[in-house]
Amino acid sequence: MNALAARRRHPAAIALLLMLGLLVTGFAYAAVAPQPAQAETSTAEDVAAGKQLFVANCATCHGVNAEGRATGKGDQVAGPALAGVGAAAVDFQMGTGRMPMRAPAVQAPRATVQFSQDEIDKVAAYVASLAPGPAVPSEEDVDPSKGDPAKGGELFRVNCAMCHNFAGSGGALTRGKYAPALEGVSGKHIYEAMETGPQSMPVFNDGNIAPEEKRDIIAFLKSIEDAPQQGGHALGSLGPVTEGWFAWFFGLGILIATAVWLGQKAA
Amino acid sequence: MNEKDSHPSGGEVTQPGEFGSTAVRLDQGHVVGDGGIPARFENPGFPPHTHRASDLSESGAKRAERAVGGLFILSILGTLGFVVAYFAIDKQSTMFIPGIGQANALHAVLGLTMALSLLGIGFGAVHWAKTLMPDTEEVEMRHPMRSSDEARKDFVQILGDGAESAHLTRRPIIKYALGGALGLFAVPVILPVIGGLGPLPGDDLSVSFWNGHQEEDGSYPNAPLRLMRDPQNTPIKASDVTIGSVFHVMPEGLLDLEKHVLEEKGKAAVIVMRLDPDDIRSQKEKDWGYQGIVAYSKICTHVGCPVGLYEQQTHHLLCPCHQSTFDVTQDCKVIFGPAKRPLPQLEITVDDEGYLISKGPFKEAVGPSFWERGSA
Repeated sequence: MNALAARRRHPAAIALLLMLGLLVTGFAYAAVAPQPAQAETSTAEDVAAGKQLFVANCATCHGVNAEGRATGKGDQVAGPALAGVGAAAVDFQMGTGRMPMRAPAVQAPRATVQFSQDEIDKVAAYVASLAPGPAVPSEEDVDPSKGDPAKGGELFRVNCAMCHNFAGSGGALTRGKYAPALEGVSGKHIYEAMETGPQSMPVFNDGNIAPEEKRDIIAFLKSIEDAPQQGGHALGSLGPVTEGWFAWFFGLGILIATAVWLGQKAA
Repeated sequence: MNEKDSHPSGGEVTQPGEFGSTAVRLDQGHVVGDGGIPARFENPGFPPHTHRASDLSESGAKRAERAVGGLFILSILGTLGFVVAYFAIDKQSTMFIPGIGQANALHAVLGLTMALSLLGIGFGAVHWAKTLMPDTEEVEMRHPMRSSDEARKDFVQILGDGAESAHLTRRPIIKYALGGALGLFAVPVILPVIGGLGPLPGDDLSVSFWNGHQEEDGSYPNAPLRLMRDPQNTPIKASDVTIGSVFHVMPEGLLDLEKHVLEEKGKAAVIVMRLDPDDIRSQKEKDWGYQGIVAYSKICTHVGCPVGLYEQQTHHLLCPCHQSTFDVTQDCKVIFGPAKRPLPQLEITVDDEGYLISKGPFKEAVGPSFWERGSA
């Protein structure tokens, strides 16, 4: 100990200390810093096969090298550039049948899935190989049983409910676009949608809504899907629009019919 | 009716012969008549009385009796059913009702039986009145409302005598003092009603939580506040706000309040978005933001709904209540809908630690217009 104390003014001591400090900081940062998520296991063959599938099915709009293509009509885009959208975006768009898009429209609707999960994974591996982007979440990331539905409900009401409706029934946006209903959407796709912000939807990255919080939201959506319905017909859970229509149409109808009957003579 | 209909082209019609031979249709050169209108119109009287089935035959009356009795019995059964169901049906049990779906069995049966119980009485009574109670038309002439001249004269006399004997005409002090007392008597009744409308709003609508806590001299610190995630209540690093992101934000400290949280939220709610700075077309918007991160009041300038529907591709902010649409690339200008003013922008920057902070409060009152707001 004394020997060490005696050498503390050695010219090399300061350099050594600096070195040590930098190393510690470096390792600590590497351990704590958020990692840009990467697709777990994708081989070069997957990427090559994915590229083939991509060129055959997606390149018409997105360009042969996924660089994006313009329609030639003003600033309208046939398909955006895909570098950096990540495997999650591909898995979401193709896994819900939105891509390949059937026809140009304001919005790509959910449709029947046209590719096997294996093919989707290959295209995802190819797109992920272009530039780092969000990866497909793991089973555990989207396991509703591990989430807290109450907390997820709170997050959902602040961040999601204005577009997707308080019960996840969806709602209208501007000029024919809409936020789709969330019933029956798998946890994985909900997670990927938050992560990548498909179409009109904004991005809710991990810095905004942490992965555990995303899982809470999935748990909440699952819980309202599973909750027993005892209130009879939910009228689409759309709130005052359908409920008001029901009250006006049937309520007023019955009142008018009764008034007519009361005012009629028996003979 | 039929005579009218027989005229080919509608319009105002007079019957030939009724008002003199000179009467013509209004659209064919009507001339003022020569007094052909009768002094008094004939009372057309009632249409002939039609008898009901129950008036004409005993069997018809019997049938009506059975129907009315049946409805009343239905009501009794409904009431009994209600009582039985109340005790017999498990509160938690559900049943499937076609067209309605899964519903709580107790509620459904209670509603149904109560409807039978009430409607049975109601429909029974109406059916009874329609079929069996007398339905012959009767005329009851109205009595004249005016009192006779003597009675009116008497009344004035009594009133004058009373006033005279009460010294009302000779003692003016009493007359005027009483008048004043009765006139002012209304004040204590009206005053609390007006006073009970609550304190005047003062500057309440013009300031928000972003101004900070009011000092004793009435001024506000207007100090920078961190932008906090709602509902997590955590500060936001500027680097976390990637392009296309949207954050729902409350000022630092608001979510820690114990009282009046909702009132404060209603004015201080903010939505933070990040756009590619090249997409932003307003220089002021760029200057008040931070590298494309912009913060706007979330309270619609129309009637104050939360404007939360952000479309990241078109950069439209849509209000769900009345579809007011704000263009985030043009300093939240109104491009559709009933809102009249753009959403107020909150000037933001980052602090030493990289967290987003406000550079001061909103420069104008947020939310819908109000009387004292000044400009529109």
